Amino acid sequence: MSDGVHRDGIAAGRLSAEDYAINFSDLHPPLSAHEARVEADRCYFCHDAPCMTACPTSIDIPLFIRQIVVGNPLGAAKTILSQNIMGGMCARVCPTETLCEEACVRETAEGKPVKIGELQRFATDAAMTANRQFFARAQPSGKTIAVVGAGPAGLACAHRLSMHGHDVTIYEARSKPGGLNEYGLAAYKATDDFAQAEVDYITAIGGIRIEHGKALGRDVTLDSLLKQHDAVFLGIGLGGVNALGASGDEASVAAVDFIETLRQATDLAGVPVGRRVVVLGGGMTAIDAAVQAKLLGAEEVTICYRRGPEQMNASAFEQELATANGVVIRHWLQPKKVFHNGGPDVTGVELEYTAMRDGKLVGTGETVSLLADQVFRAIGQTLDGVSAAGVTLTDGRIAVDAGFRTSNPKVWAGGDCVRAGEDLTVTSVAQGRDAAESIHRALGA
Amino acid sequence: MADIRNNFVGIKSPNPFWLASAPPTDKAYNVERAFKAGWGGVVWKTLGEEGPPVVNVNGPRYGAIWGADRRLLGLNNIELITDRPLQVNLQEIKQVKKNWPDRAVVVSLMVPCQEESWKAILKPVEETEADGVELNFGCPHGMSERGMGSAVGQVPEYIEMVARWCKANTRMPVVVKLTPNITDIRYPARAAKRGGADAVSLINTISSITSVNLDTFSPEPSIDGKGSHGGYCGPAVKPIALNMVAEIARDAETRGLPISGIGGITTWRDAAEFMALGAGNVQVCTAAMTYGIRIVQEMISGLENWMDEKGHKDLSSIVGRASGNVTDWQYLNLNYIAKAHIDQDLCIKCGRCHIACEDTSHQAITANLNGARHFEVKDEECVGCNLCVNVCPVENCITMVPLAAGVLDKRTEKPVVADYANWTTHPNNPGATCVTG
Repeated sequence: MSDGVHRDGIAAGRLSAEDYAINFSDLHPPLSAHEARVEADRCYFCHDAPCMTACPTSIDIPLFIRQIVVGNPLGAAKTILSQNIMGGMCARVCPTETLCEEACVRETAEGKPVKIGELQRFATDAAMTANRQFFARAQPSGKTIAVVGAGPAGLACAHRLSMHGHDVTIYEARSKPGGLNEYGLAAYKATDDFAQAEVDYITAIGGIRIEHGKALGRDVTLDSLLKQHDAVFLGIGLGGVNALGASGDEASVAAVDFIETLRQATDLAGVPVGRRVVVLGGGMTAIDAAVQAKLLGAEEVTICYRRGPEQMNASAFEQELATANGVVIRHWLQPKKVFHNGGPDVTGVELEYTAMRDGKLVGTGETVSLLADQVFRAIGQTLDGVSAAGVTLTDGRIAVDAGFRTSNPKVWAGGDCVRAGEDLTVTSVAQGRDAAESIHRALGA
Repeated sequence: MADIRNNFVGIKSPNPFWLASAPPTDKAYNVERAFKAGWGGVVWKTLGEEGPPVVNVNGPRYGAIWGADRRLLGLNNIELITDRPLQVNLQEIKQVKKNWPDRAVVVSLMVPCQEESWKAILKPVEETEADGVELNFGCPHGMSERGMGSAVGQVPEYIEMVARWCKANTRMPVVVKLTPNITDIRYPARAAKRGGADAVSLINTISSITSVNLDTFSPEPSIDGKGSHGGYCGPAVKPIALNMVAEIARDAETRGLPISGIGGITTWRDAAEFMALGAGNVQVCTAAMTYGIRIVQEMISGLENWMDEKGHKDLSSIVGRASGNVTDWQYLNLNYIAKAHIDQDLCIKCGRCHIACEDTSHQAITANLNGARHFEVKDEECVGCNLCVNVCPVENCITMVPLAAGVLDKRTEKPVVADYANWTTHPNNPGATCVTG
């Protein structure tokens, strides 16, 4: 193994097959029935529960936990899925420590919240294992809706529209559905091809057809969709990646591309990674890229972020996960230059120290250079302007009203492509769901 | 250091903690372990008459109910009296008493309701040098179908008769163990006293079905698809037992009759409460069956520490201290007014006090203050019912605060009256004997 880790440059197969299997196993193994019961017993069944308020999809958490306590996991699953059809993935990827679990009164009482996320997984796993569907379609409405993007927002929207009796066609640019669940999350958060299993579970309601290889602006246009359908929902995410604004930028790799390559690899031993990796950015994507680079066998992985730990978008839990895996997080550093040999081979990165002066982030002039074979940029993503043509934007994202309707009265949008809420799976699900309700009301009017 | 040595109807033990007549006291092996662990005494599991021993079911004997984290709250059993040969038990009792002369060894007995049967069993028990006998008139299951156990305990005349027979036929102290499966515990207690019993012990177990198997529709514990009511015990029965002990302790006819308190005693605190209500000592079973016999160590040290802290020198200074405070509802002071108070620093904002009060009581607790979660008692609505205290998950977060005399009760808009006044003199009482003012 050590040979593999110490091999210079970018290389695949740094670890043994066994190490890959261990490193990329489930981050939180599922609770056993006993563990779930013991944990569920800790819930106080609060009035107007703070956890429920903190959940972007407003799942009735005390109720579903009580249903687990009394041996009714399928009832618990229905409680969850009726608010959040992606309750299974959200149980795995939600930053619960800044949402429901932060609000848990047992966090106040003892500093140990009820493990709501893991209990949610227990319940949703029970329903998916039993292949139990809880929702039936209403009488056919005769309406058809185009959903663009088979990510969390699009799938949640499609499911709710189907429940209301509408027929849905999802136009998806990629070859697989799931969006970031399939392409953009760390592998250890959604093992065993869970993203695809969940899409199958969601679409099993019927009335949802997915057309792959159909990108908006490339293969279909908003006008053509509006001609064929009664309404359009845009759940197109953020297709662009921000540039570093540093020289040698072209030698860096978008962290999302690295994560996608890793997620789609059939054999992790075939995924190359540098001996020394530098990740630039401070969000979840930076953490996912850095931790997975380390787990692939990189000897040194350093996250460099231009501000302090409090400003990182990655939660405290994610930051701890990174450091626990041997990733070094350095703050107050911004990239100046990516060193490379004139070709694609990176040799290092030069960074400038930063500081807050009069409320503004400024470079101090002092620099430091780090050796690196691979530089990942994870400093934010942007809306792909081509696919969003035809609707008004605000601050670089699609402008929507409270019902997620865009400037075009027949077009709705939700998920990361709109400027509302945090860029989280759970937020996207809530927006897709709520947009579907808005569409349903509009079509019925 | 407090002196917790116990003298119960002349039976001496180093502490007031005895193991009750039950599975933990069925044989020398267990009793020896109990004495090594520190138990002050045991009541040996009930012996029956000479002859073929009883047989037990060969399936489950126990059923249970649980609280959060599967804490056992209530246990029931359908086990009968000892199923070991009488002579084996007698030999072991004799040997154990010889090995542990400073510990109390009382023998529980249950034989048919004939004087000859009782006479016949008392003699060999006396020969073991045991300290006393306890008459099992309590077990509600199995043996009661054969005219023994609670079948005797439910008929005061039988209790008196058998107690008298036993007193006439042995020099040993006679303790009568009472069944709670009656409507008024004072009647069997009075009967025991009339029969000359030296003491009563209570409660025995309560007739019960712990649960129903919803796959097979059989009661639990299930024996080949059928169930029979068992005897219920454990923490869940403690309040019932405390009340019965208190009733006997304050009854004019039985006041002063020694009581051995039994029923859900799990901690030193439970034991102290029984003794405060009039029990001269206590007997424990379910707690030992749940956690093992070493729990007695906590009981001993807890009782000693509390007594030291409060300055109680010996057990006689705590026994019965609370009995005088048990009274009839009609004598409670209606001028005593208390309001709930929520300690905002301890409050974890679960809101259970609010929803309990809002949905089921007096709408006296807020849920919000200026849009933020905030739980506070509205004195103008609070009747002082204590429900919020009971549902709050944080100890001492909500307390009942008495209003001082002269303070305005915002609910009634009247000042608190200093004088004691009860229902017997209340103007709303049609039968009031002495209306003042």
